[in-house]
This record gives sequence, structure tokens and C-alpha cells, in this order.
Amino acid sequence: MADIPMYRVRTQTRASYSAGAVCVVLIAVFILLPAFAGRGLIQDLFFIFTMLVLAQFWNLLAGYGGLVSVGQQAFVGMGAYAMFGGVILWGMDPVPAILLGGVAALIVAIPTAFFAFRLQGAYFAIGTWVIAEVMRLLVAQWKLLGGGTGTSLPRTATREMWATEWIQATFDVRGAAARDILTYWLALGLVIATIAGIYWLLRTKRGLALAAVRDNVEAAKSVGVDAARMKWLVYLVSAMGTGLTGALIYVQKVRISPDAAFSVTDWTAYVIFIVVIGGIGTIEGPILGVLVFFILQSLLADYGSWYLMVLGLIGIVVMLFAPRGLWGLISEKTGLQLFPVRRRLVLTNPQDGANTPKTDK
Amino acid sequence: MIWIDTIIQGVLLGGLYALFAAGLSLVFGIMRLVNLAHGDLIIFAAYLILLLVSLLGLSPFLAAIIAAPIMFGVGWALQRHVLNRVLGPDILPPLLVTFGLSVVLQNALLEGFSADSQRLPTGEIATASVQLGGLNLGVLPLLTFASAILVIVGLNQLFYRTELGRAFRATSDDAVTAGLMGIRPERIFATATAIAMLVVTLAALYLGMRANFDPNIGPARLIYAFEAVIIGGLGSLWGTLVGGVIIGVAQTLGAAINPEWQILAGHLAFLIVLLIKPRGLFPRAVD
Amino acid sequence: MSLLETHALTASYGDFQALFGVDIRLEEGEAVAIIGANGAGKSTLMRSISGVLINETDQVQFDGQPIGHLTADEIMARGVAMVPEGRRLFPSLSVEENLLIGTYGRKVAGHWSLETVYDLFPILQERRNHPGTALSGGQQQMVAIGRALMSNPRVLLCDEISLGLAPVVIKDIYAAVPRIQDAGASLIVVEQDIGQAMKVSDRVYCMMEGRVTLEGAADTLSREAIHDAYFGGATI
Repeated sequence: MADIPMYRVRTQTRASYSAGAVCVVLIAVFILLPAFAGRGLIQDLFFIFTMLVLAQFWNLLAGYGGLVSVGQQAFVGMGAYAMFGGVILWGMDPVPAILLGGVAALIVAIPTAFFAFRLQGAYFAIGTWVIAEVMRLLVAQWKLLGGGTGTSLPRTATREMWATEWIQATFDVRGAAARDILTYWLALGLVIATIAGIYWLLRTKRGLALAAVRDNVEAAKSVGVDAARMKWLVYLVSAMGTGLTGALIYVQKVRISPDAAFSVTDWTAYVIFIVVIGGIGTIEGPILGVLVFFILQSLLADYGSWYLMVLGLIGIVVMLFAPRGLWGLISEKTGLQLFPVRRRLVLTNPQDGANTPKTDK
Repeated sequence: MIWIDTIIQGVLLGGLYALFAAGLSLVFGIMRLVNLAHGDLIIFAAYLILLLVSLLGLSPFLAAIIAAPIMFGVGWALQRHVLNRVLGPDILPPLLVTFGLSVVLQNALLEGFSADSQRLPTGEIATASVQLGGLNLGVLPLLTFASAILVIVGLNQLFYRTELGRAFRATSDDAVTAGLMGIRPERIFATATAIAMLVVTLAALYLGMRANFDPNIGPARLIYAFEAVIIGGLGSLWGTLVGGVIIGVAQTLGAAINPEWQILAGHLAFLIVLLIKPRGLFPRAVD
Repeated sequence: MSLLETHALTASYGDFQALFGVDIRLEEGEAVAIIGANGAGKSTLMRSISGVLINETDQVQFDGQPIGHLTADEIMARGVAMVPEGRRLFPSLSVEENLLIGTYGRKVAGHWSLETVYDLFPILQERRNHPGTALSGGQQQMVAIGRALMSNPRVLLCDEISLGLAPVVIKDIYAAVPRIQDAGASLIVVEQDIGQAMKVSDRVYCMMEGRVTLEGAADTLSREAIHDAYFGGATI
């Protein structure tokens, strides 16, 4: 009897189901964490979450989009300064002003992309850096927001920030700690939304097109993928996400200066190392990378420049000997995929309805 | 008159930027590699010269002559053992490795020499000047500019008049076929980076004699160099000089209006050229 | 002992195996043709011998020395030069520079120099300052051959030198083969054009699907035998 085999397209793996379950539990724990955890842990997690969001967006840009930017600090800085502008100039509450930060980053990303996309490959990288420098220098001329020396959020704005009163009453903490809890929750929400959003994007047709563009622009064009439009989409989405994160980071930091907000080391170098060490071109990589990064920082932070030197060396060694990063090594050894985006054909047997997995080789 | 003076100062400053850029241009032209640590290598060379000056009590010029072969070796080893491993169709690995190298170099220099500003001792030459048609021109800026022209003439001679230059161009065209001619591409690449480091040493000498430097200023030199290369058009060394001059003039004009605008004006000039002529002023016909 | 030999030579591109144990030999002073259809493995064989592909040490021997593991530049320095498929001139170099670069890895005095190459292909002297890629296909092929001759090789590997050229041009180019042989080089000529190859060669190997299917002196092989070896034994 000649059966016609039936196939279904699948992306889930068994590990991805368990990962989903673990995620739900983890998210619940993270939401409730401020009830038991001390302020130090909450601040550490805020740092981890925000760096992870920056890393995910840089990874989307470079790892999936093939657009290696060294100028993401432009959007951190613009997002943060737009938030400050909303609060100081227009009297906005800092929390909604974060959204303003995202929108501002998106708006400046449009002319930025127009310039940067005129440069190819490696020159794109330095081009984005030049544009970030231009923005830093321009913002330093903005005297109302402190010019080159920077400024702080007004005390009234931070004291009366949305929901802080409720948090103070519920958790019985003081104003500054309540602000940390609020920004922590916002960062948690941003991480979840970012990872879920990127995962969703990569699994749509657009996401497949993106991978096609990264792997081979000509081939992608020949099957009708509009490479230029994908580049724009990825660039603008990353800019907006990075701007939102920048604004959020500076709600927590309270104090801003052009040199800090547009720092290539803090907002791009660290982020690149997180992604490279963890594993570029995967969603899991930046998660693993940010944990390694945090541990290294905790161990080596007292050694100042040695810390950055070690980080740089690890980055170089990983790129030379394990270009797919730590997660690449792990998934090569174990075949594990927590966020599978690759599609597999699954044989469905009409006789008994059971699924027989096929390897994708 | 003051404006003419400002512009001429800018032109001469452009010579320094052309020196920053020539090495970058050379390496890109041969192996399509953009070295993000280029600026930090210039600062590294400046500290090397400083070290030789203070340890051996030499003049900066003599120290640079000793530093040059050391930098040549550094460039050779760097290319041979690190960068050659990541060259390929994917631009990500070389970018990330050189970016890592930039961070490592900056912090190694910070650890070794602290964040304090340094300057190479220059003696009388720093303040010496010549009168030319009512203009007062510094000897050091003139020397810098002349060196930039000499470097460009020299590199062009090397490229178009020597067997090594032929091998450079052939390898850049087609590395596999170059191998059939007995050329070993890895060696050609290492030689090219080593030569670029000789130019870097010269750039470091003038940078260190003309201005203060500290471990953190490398990336900004990379950016000026990059802007000069793009303005001039990839692959054209004379174009790179023109690019350097445009950045230099824009910076001195900007600074004459408001000292805070110096750097900004240079970047804006770059963006304007990019807007009008995306492939630079003197693009090569074949890329 | 032959000048050049391969022993059970294998070669693969990733998972795709292109050669399955190829044995050929080239004697001093000989011209050998390797014929076969597209995809028979002829070019892979040339790439293996010339070192573009790296093989097991003992799979290729030149002048009694194993050279299978050597890279292209090392093999070229020993005196095996190649005229690659598709000519592959360097577009940034002029005609004369393309010729001169041929001596980069091997400077051996011998019959061939700029002068004698220009004597072999006079048109190149007229065009000496043009970019190599501005020439016609046939002239480009002359440059590619001249470039390989400049190092005075002991073995010249010619990969599909008639490909894409008009018959009259092919005749001109093949007229150079006896002169190259007279000047002391042994040749391996890879061709799809059987007629040309048979005319200039002493012996012929026919390849199919990565294996040698026929070997013999050029003047003793029957048309049927070649046809079978070329297209496979089964009648069509």
C-alpha cells in the first residue's frame, strides 16, 4: 500500500514547550520578587534586564539583519534626553515620558538610516558611530537640559512619579526604593515584550525573509524579498526599542550628561560583547551573554580597566574560536533550542495520527 | 586675512588627518578590512614613542625611527595571527574582533600610563614658524603636511611601480588566482598591515608633538580617518588627502566661529559630502 | 619515474565527492590531454594538482617528491604553473603587469621572458598597457598562458583554454602548444573540445563522474572507445 506521507510545518521542539512553562513560572516569580528581595537585587536585575533588551535589539540588527551598528548609543541618548525634555520642559510624568523617548528615537532614526544606509558593511558601522557623535555634540549644545555638564530630573517629578505612592504603601518602602521597584517592573515588562516580539517577528514570513536577506541578498531578491524594506524595518524597530530602554534607564539613574548617555562603551561595547559571548543570531545567546557579563562585572568591577580588557579579550577569543558564542557551543552539543525559529517538516501518519519527528538534515 | 589664515591652518591640519587615514585606506584597499582599532593603534604608537623618548632620552624623531620597525612587527603579527583568521565574506567577525582589540588597547594603555594627558617633548620646533606672504605658518604643521604628501607619493609608487605593489593589487582582485602566481595571500595581507603601521607611527609622531593625547582619544582619530577616506572615495589615496583637508578646514572654520563647534563642523562636512556624493569625491571606477 | 603523478587521488567539496581515486601520470616532455564532459572532475583534478585544493601528501607526486599537501604558491614555486579555467586575469593590472606577476613566486631563468612571450603572442605587445580585462577573450587567454609561462614552469596545466572562444581563435592558441613543448615544458591540457586536445597531445585520459574511464596513446584510441568513455558505456 503506497501511502502518501503527510507533512506539517512545525517550529516547536519539546525543549521549547518546557522552556515556555519555565518562562511562565519565572515571570511570576520576577513580578512578585520585590515583595521579598532587597533593593540591591532589584537594582541588579534592573541592570540585567535593560542590558538584555539593548542586547536583543542589537542582535536583531546585527545578528539577524546583518547591520553591524556601533552607534546604538545614539538612540539610548536620544531616548533618555527626550524623556528628560518631556519632564523638564513640558512637565510630563517620567513614566509616560519614557514612551516619548521611544518615539523620539524612532524619529531621529529615519534621517540616520538615510545617511547610514549609503554606507556598506564595515563603513556602515563607523557611519552609525559618527552620527551618534554628532547627536552627542548637538545635545551638549542644548543649554536648557544642562549642556555639556548635564542635569538631573527635578525632585518633584521623581517624588510624584506614577504608582510610586501605591508601591510605597504596599511594600512599606521609601521613595527611592519605590522608584527602583517601579523601574524594575517596567524593565521586566520591556524584556518580556522585546523577547516575545522578536520571537514573533522571526517566526513570521517577515522573519524568514530577514534570515534570507542576511544569508544572501541576491538570492533573497530573486524570491521576491524586498531587502531594503527589511533593513529599514529592523533598523527602526531596533532604534525605537533602544530609545525606550535608554529613557527607562535614565528614569532610574535620575542624572544625565551627554557623555554618559551617548557612551559608546556603556551602550554599545558592552552590548556587543554580551551578544558575541552569548551567541550572535540567536535569542538565547544574549540571555546567556548578559548573565556571563553580569558575573564578570561582579567579579572584576573593582579592577577598573582590567575588567574591560578581559571583556575585550574574551570577545576576541570567542569570535576567533567559537564564532557562534557560548549558546552556539551548547546547542551544538545538545541540540537544544529554547526559541526555535527554524521550521521543520513533521510527518503525520494518517493511520494512527501519531507524529513522527523527522530530523531536519 | 584672518579667514585665509584659518583656512590654511585647516588645510595643514588636514595633512595630519590624511596621515591618520592613509593606513586605513591601504588596508581596506587590499583586503576590504576596516580596522576599528586603527585609532587606538595610533595612540599606542604615540605611547611607544613617548616611552622611548623618556627611557632613552631620544628626540621624538629618533624615537619614531626606532618605534617604526616595532610597529611594523606588531602589524605583521596582528594580521598574521589574528585578523587573517577572520577575513572572509562575512564582515561581522573582523569588525567585532577589531572592536574588541580597540577596547583592549585603550584599557591596556589606561592601566599602563593612566588617563593623564601626555605630550611628546618637541623643543623649539613646536613654536617655530615661517613667514609666507604675510601669513605665519607653523613649521610643525608644514612638516606634517609635507610628510602626508610624501607618504601618499610613496604609497602610490609602491602600489604602481613595484613587484610588491603588483602583488597587493593582484591579491585584492583575486586571492585564489594570486596563489597560482606564487603569492601567499596571508603574507601579502600581513605585509600590508605592517606597512600601514609604519604610516601609523608617523601619524603618531606628529599627533604627539602637536597636541596632548591620552588613552581615550583613539576612537575619535579613527572617525576622522574614516571620514577622510569616505570623502575622498574608497581606494584613492589623493582623494584621502582631499578628504583630510576638507575635515581639517571644516574643523578650524567651526572652531573660529565657536570653539565648541570644532568637532561638530568636521562631522557635518562629512555628512554633507555623503549626502551629495555617496561614493566620495574621487570614486574608483572598478570596485 | 614520471615527472608528475597522482595516486588514488580523491577530492571533495564539503559532502560532495568530486574525484574517486584518480591515477594519471605525465612524463618529461609529454603533452597529455584530459577530456570529459562538464562535471567529469577535470577541473577538480587540475585544482588538486595545482594546490588550490589541498590533498593527502602522497596523492600527488612531482619530480619524485610528494606535493599533495602543499599550497598553490609552494607548488608553483616548484615549477608547476596553471592557466586557470576562465582565464582569471587581474583587472587592476595591465597586460604587461599581468605577465610580470607570473614570476612573483618563481624567478627561474629559461626560455620564457617578456620578450619571448611577446614573440609568441605579438598582439600582447601592442596591448601591453591596456587593463588585462579590456582585451578580447582570445587575447585574454593569451595573457593567461603567457603569465603562466613567465615563471618557466616544468609543467604547465591548461584548464579549458578553448572555452567560449571562436574556432579560428582556438586554432591560434593551440598553435602555441608545440612551441611551449619545444621550449622544455610538459603539458596537461584539459578540454571538452576533443578534436583540439587529441591533435596536440601524446596521450589521452578520458574522465567521467570523477573517475578515469579510458587511457591511451592519442593515435590508437578509436572514436567508439572515446565516445563510450565520454558519455558512459550504455548506448543512448
